Amino acid sequence: MMEFLAAFFKYQFIQNAVWAAFLSSLACGITGAYVIVKRITFISGGIAHAVLGGMGIAYYCGADPLAGAVIAALFSALLLGLVNLRAKQHEDTIISALWAVGMAVGIIFIAKTPGYNVDLMSFLFGNILMVTSPVLKVLLVLDLIILLIVTVFYRHFLLICFDEEYARLRGLPVELLYIVLLCLIALTVVILSKVVGLILVIALLTLPAAVAGLLTANFARMIGLATLLSLFFTLAGLVVSYHLDLPAGAVIVLIAGLCYLAVMGGQRFYLRRQRRSEL
Amino acid sequence: MTKVLEINEVSFAYERRLILDRIDLMVEAGDFFAVIGPNGGGKTTLLRLILGSIEPVRGTVRLFGQSPQKTSRLAGYVPQSVDLEKDFPVSVLEVVLMGRMLTGKIFPRYSAADHAAAEAALKAVGLHELGGAKFGELSGGQKQRTLIARALVSDPQLLILDEPTANLDHRVKLEIYSLLKELNQKVTIIVVSHDLGLIASYVNKVAYLNRRLVPHPPGKISPASIADLYQRAAAPPGVVE
Repeated sequence: MMEFLAAFFKYQFIQNAVWAAFLSSLACGITGAYVIVKRITFISGGIAHAVLGGMGIAYYCGADPLAGAVIAALFSALLLGLVNLRAKQHEDTIISALWAVGMAVGIIFIAKTPGYNVDLMSFLFGNILMVTSPVLKVLLVLDLIILLIVTVFYRHFLLICFDEEYARLRGLPVELLYIVLLCLIALTVVILSKVVGLILVIALLTLPAAVAGLLTANFARMIGLATLLSLFFTLAGLVVSYHLDLPAGAVIVLIAGLCYLAVMGGQRFYLRRQRRSEL
Repeated sequence: MTKVLEINEVSFAYERRLILDRIDLMVEAGDFFAVIGPNGGGKTTLLRLILGSIEPVRGTVRLFGQSPQKTSRLAGYVPQSVDLEKDFPVSVLEVVLMGRMLTGKIFPRYSAADHAAAEAALKAVGLHELGGAKFGELSGGQKQRTLIARALVSDPQLLILDEPTANLDHRVKLEIYSLLKELNQKVTIIVVSHDLGLIASYVNKVAYLNRRLVPHPPGKISPASIADLYQRAAAPPGVVE
């Protein structure tokens, strides 16, 4: 730990990594809570993988892959939102198709990019230690957009997650709200892909919020707790990976997964003991 | 008597299937109106027409004398609670406050008036001590009371309930209907129900709905007369004539 702190004060890239951990935890704490209660992890996974297509095309064209990621993520969110509303019976097929086709497009464009060939792995698995200051600024802007929209529509999103039918009958623009919510998830996916990579995005989007959901009965508190947990997972993963020289993204996800298992197991054990003592 | 709801010659079809066929219905202020009939008979469609979330293919719906799109916020709606997620992390008070969130208002906070209205609504349904409890951990009857409070919180003149006692045991059903009877002193009520035997002592008007609407004949409403209406209306048309 001391060693990590020494490195933190010494190296810019570690300070950047800690900032990235903050910014991504805020995003995935907020939108992850909605993903969990609305049960749309599969849709989120689809968006995450389709993002590779946008990154690959942008990279091939010599543009910033991050811009390609944002465009692909928002496009996927819009598409999946419309599918959910207009062609629900085909929804899971279309998500799977988008998931795979997005990745295929990305792989082809990255392979065909001339010149120095960047490692495909860095797109897929990200690297929190490679986050540069300009990227941090983009992440900050995306965070602020998410924060602003959720501050205004917090209750509306909560209602469409809790009781969509009632929201519709009461004249709320359910469809528009749902698509906006998916767009927020898309932006979160882009932020997280910088930290743990596209493949592992879904873990940070769901696990902190799932653990928080087990521990509290209040949605606002679930968001706060998910943010703190995510921060803990990413920072702990960063420190552990630094000391053991392991890929940071994978270590972060592993810690999150173990924590989820522990809390769920602990809760089961506690409930069973409580039930037994009541008898 | 003021007309709360007037439905004239209304038909509704979904993907070429006729759901409602030339419905006539009138509800007056102070009524406690029950709609009975088999599942798939168009009851939920009728409620949606009344709330203005869908429009009839033919005929007119008038809610408080105007089109429901304009006046539906004067009505409170209570959906069936069975579809709602059990684990959802939301408190009873938060659920009730959702009823204050009407369209057109995007100010991102509930006001003090909203909170006061929510407390009053919880009191009206006898749940004022459970505001902080998790909605998913309530009993079936308490959940239904919460949803009734959510409908009451916007101070409606008409309360519309879709099978408020489905999946509840007999004693709780009686409690819910007693509560509705009490609320009926102030608001008009339309209820969709399967509890044929139970509603007779609470409601003042009954109609049977299965694509067509058959009103209860004038006269006293009793469990026997409701059962009779159900059987007569459910029989094939040839037998009725």
